[in-house]
Amino acid sequence: MGFYIVQFLTGLSDASSLFLVAAGLSLIFGVSRIVNMAHGSFYMLGAYIAYVIIAALPHTGISFWGGILLATLAVGVIGIIVEIFLLRRLYRAPELFLLMATFALLLVIQDLARWAFGPEDLIGPMAPGLEGSINILGTLMPTYDLVLIIAAPVVLLFLWFLLTRTRWGILVRAATEDREMLAALGVNQKWLFTSVFFLGSLLAGLGGAIQLPKGGADLLMDMNVIAAAFVIVVVGGMGSIPGAFLAAIIIGELGSFGVLYLPQSTLVMMFLVMAVVLVIRPYGLLGKPELEEGSGESFETVMRPAPKQLRLIGLGILGVLILLPVFGGKYQLVLFGEIALFSLACMSLYFMMGPGGMVSFGHAAFFGGGAYAAALLVHYVRTPMSLALLLTPLCAGLLALIIGWFCVRLSGVYLAMLTLAFAQICWSIVFQWSAFTGGDDGILGIWPAHWASNAVVFYYLTLLISVGGILLLRHLLFTPFGYTMRACRDSRLRADAIGINVTRHQWFSFAVAGVFAGLAGGIYVFSKGSIFPDEMSIPRSFDILLSVLLGGIESITGPIVGSSIFIWLEDKLSNLDFWRLILGCIFIVLVLAFPQGVGGFFGTRFSHFFGEASNDSNPIGKD
Amino acid sequence: MAKVLEVNHLSKSFGGVQAVNDVSFHLEKGQLLAMIGPNGAGKSTCFNLINGQLRPDSGTIRILGKDTRGMKPRHVWALGVGRTFQITATFTSMTVLENVQMVFLSTHRRIRNVWHKTADLYRDEAMELLRLVGVESQWNRPCGILAYGDLKRVELAIALANRPKLLLMDEPTAGMGTKERLKLMELTSRIVRDQSIGVLFTEHDMDVVFGHADRIIVLSYGRLIAEGTPEEVRGNKKVKEIYFGTYAVPPCATSGV
Repeated sequence: MGFYIVQFLTGLSDASSLFLVAAGLSLIFGVSRIVNMAHGSFYMLGAYIAYVIIAALPHTGISFWGGILLATLAVGVIGIIVEIFLLRRLYRAPELFLLMATFALLLVIQDLARWAFGPEDLIGPMAPGLEGSINILGTLMPTYDLVLIIAAPVVLLFLWFLLTRTRWGILVRAATEDREMLAALGVNQKWLFTSVFFLGSLLAGLGGAIQLPKGGADLLMDMNVIAAAFVIVVVGGMGSIPGAFLAAIIIGELGSFGVLYLPQSTLVMMFLVMAVVLVIRPYGLLGKPELEEGSGESFETVMRPAPKQLRLIGLGILGVLILLPVFGGKYQLVLFGEIALFSLACMSLYFMMGPGGMVSFGHAAFFGGGAYAAALLVHYVRTPMSLALLLTPLCAGLLALIIGWFCVRLSGVYLAMLTLAFAQICWSIVFQWSAFTGGDDGILGIWPAHWASNAVVFYYLTLLISVGGILLLRHLLFTPFGYTMRACRDSRLRADAIGINVTRHQWFSFAVAGVFAGLAGGIYVFSKGSIFPDEMSIPRSFDILLSVLLGGIESITGPIVGSSIFIWLEDKLSNLDFWRLILGCIFIVLVLAFPQGVGGFFGTRFSHFFGEASNDSNPIGKD
Repeated sequence: MAKVLEVNHLSKSFGGVQAVNDVSFHLEKGQLLAMIGPNGAGKSTCFNLINGQLRPDSGTIRILGKDTRGMKPRHVWALGVGRTFQITATFTSMTVLENVQMVFLSTHRRIRNVWHKTADLYRDEAMELLRLVGVESQWNRPCGILAYGDLKRVELAIALANRPKLLLMDEPTAGMGTKERLKLMELTSRIVRDQSIGVLFTEHDMDVVFGHADRIIVLSYGRLIAEGTPEEVRGNKKVKEIYFGTYAVPPCATSGV
C-alpha cells in the first residue's frame, strides 16, 4: 500500500514543476498568442543559474533558498530582455513568425548554456534540512518531494489571487478573452505584455530551480519539458491556469504509474492523452472555444499566376539544376537533390498551411511515414524501387486520411498540437516496434534500383519527382480544388452558406499534403539508403515548419526559397561546434529583417520589377 | 401555391434567455418581408435558425414545402436559399469575380475539380451577375480591400448566384449612406420581382423598411407582436410603444425565463 502512496506522491511532485512551466506558458499564450518554444529554455536556465549560485555560497538553508529565489528572478529578467529586444518587434508579424523567433531563441540558449555551464549533467545540491527520506507505510520517499508537492498548489493560489483580485490580473484575463477589445479600451498593451512575459518566464525559472535537488540540470531539459508543457497547456485548455494544474497532475500521475505497468509507453503516453482529450473536448479540459477572429486582420493576398519575369527566373534555375551534372561534382548532386526533395516536403506543408489554413506541427509523420513505407516495402517484400515510389504516396496519403479525420475537426493551435500528438504517436510506434521497424537501429540497405544507382541518374530522378510534385501542387492551387481550400480558410461561414462541406474539403486537402510529403520521404529513403525514427520526430517536423516560415507562407515561391536556405545552412553549419547558436542567430536576424518571410519579402519588394499587379492596381472607383 | 417559407411556432433559448418565442409567419414568392424590432428582439437568431446555423428547440421551418429539420446551412442553401450576412462574409483572398465564380463551382458540384483552371470557369455567368448588381468595374479587385457598400453588393451577387427562391438578407444596407441604401434596396426589389424570389430581410432603417417591404413582421423580446402591410404596422399601437415608448420596461411579462 505504502508503495502505491509513494508512487502517487512522486507523480504529484513530478507534476509540480511541470505545472509551473505550463502555467507560465499558458499565461503568455493567453495574452500575447505567442507559442513560446523557448519556454523550456527558461526552465533549463532556472536550474543552471540556481546551481551556480548555490554552489558559490556556503551550504546553508538561507543560501539554498536564496539561490533558488535569485535564479527565479534572474530568469524573469532574462524574459523581460527577450520580450523587449526581440518579441516586441514582432507582434505585428503573423503569430507563426513569433514561433519561429522563439524557436531560434531555443537554439541560441541551448548552445549558450553548453558554452557557459559545460556539457556534463549536473547533480543538484540537497536542500539543507531536507536531505533525508520519510517513511510512508514502509516505503521511503525523499523529503524534498514534499516541498515540490506543496509548491504547485501554493503557486496556483498565488496566481488565482493575482488574476482575480488585482487590477493587473483583470487586465490579463481580459486580454486572454478578447485582445482587440482590450486595445480599444486604451490599456497599455506594451507594458502588459512585458509584465506577463516576465511572470511567465519567472514561473519557468522557478520550476527549473526548485526541481534542482530532484532532477539536477542538463542540456536536454529544455526539449524534454517543453513538449510536456505544451501537452499540459493544451490538455488543460489554452489560457486556463486551473486547467493546466489539472492536466499537470494527470500527466504526472500517468508518468509515475505508467512506468510501473507499461514501461514502453512512457514516450507516447502523454501524447495519447492529448490526442484523446482533443478528440473528445476540442478546447481542452477547462478551455473555452476561441472567439471567431475578426476577418479584418487577414493578410492573405490574392493569388495570381506568376508574372513573366518570375517564370523566367524559375526556368533559369531549373536550367541550371538540369545542367548541374555537367559542372558539379557528386557532392553538389547530393546537396541539390536533397534541397529538391526537401522543397517538395516543404511545399506540401505550405499547401495545407497557407491556402489550406491548417498549421501542422507534425508534418514529419507523413514525410517519415512515406520513407518508412518505402523502406518496409523494400525490406520485407522486395518491392522494386519504382513500384515502391508509386505506393509510398498512397500509404502516406492513407495515414494522412486517418490522422486528418481527427485533426480537421479542430482549428488553429489545437489542430497544430493534435498533428504533433499524432506524429509523436507514429514516431513512438516506429521507435518501439523494433521487431518490425528495427526500432532505433532503423532499416538499412534500401538502395536505389540498379538502373538508378548512378549518382547522375538518381539526381535526375529526384529532380523529376520533386519538381514534378511541386508543379502539381502549384497546379492544384489554381484549380477549383485549391480555390475551395482558400474559400474554407477565408470564411467558413460563407463557404458553408454556399454549399461547401468545409470539414470534408479540409480533410481532403490534409490528405493531399500527406501524399506529397510521403512522396518526398520515399525518394529520401533511397537517397540515404537507410531510415531511422529521427525522420518522424518532432525536430524533423520543425525543420519543415521552420523552412516554410523562413520562406514565407504568402507565396508559392516561399517554401522553395525557405527550404533551400535551410538545407544549405544545415550543410554549411552542422559540423561546426556551436552551429545551433549560429543557426539561431541567423534565424533571429532573418525574422527581424523579414517578418513576412524571405520569399514574401522579395515578392512584395520587387513586385514592380516582376510586373506583378499589386492589390490596389485598379483605381477605378464606383461609378 | 407552395409558400417559399413557412415558420411555425419557432422557439429557441440560450441558457435562460428565450431569444425566439413561438414565432410563426410565412413568405410568398416575389414578396419582400421585413422583420423589424429593437436590438435583441431575436431577429438574427431567427435568421440563423432558418439558415440552419442554429437548431430550433421546437417548431418547424419549411422552405419550398420541405421541412429543414436537421439540415446544415449548406443543405439549406442547396434547397435554393441565398444569404447575406449582417457583417459581410466574403473570401478576402479572392477577387470579386472569383468570389462569385466560387458559387457557380459549388452549384455545379465542381469544387473538387483538379483539372481545370478556376479562372476559365463560369467567368461570363459571374460577370453577368456583377453587372446586375452594379459592381462589374470592380471585378478584378480583391474582396479584402473593397468599400463596404460594394461588398454588400458583392454579397448580393453571391447570394443570387445559385438562382435562389428564397433570399435571407440580414441588414442588407447596414453601414451604407442613405442614398446608397435606397439604391441597393431598389435594385434588390427589382431583381426579386423579376425572378420572383421571396425575400426575408431585417433592417434598422425605417425608410428602407416602409419604402420597400410588402409586409412587415415585428419582433420584441423574442415574440411576434405585429404583422401586416406597412400601413397596418404603422398604425399598430404596440409597435409604436416598443419603438417610441418605454424601452426599459418589457411590454408584457414574457413567459419562459
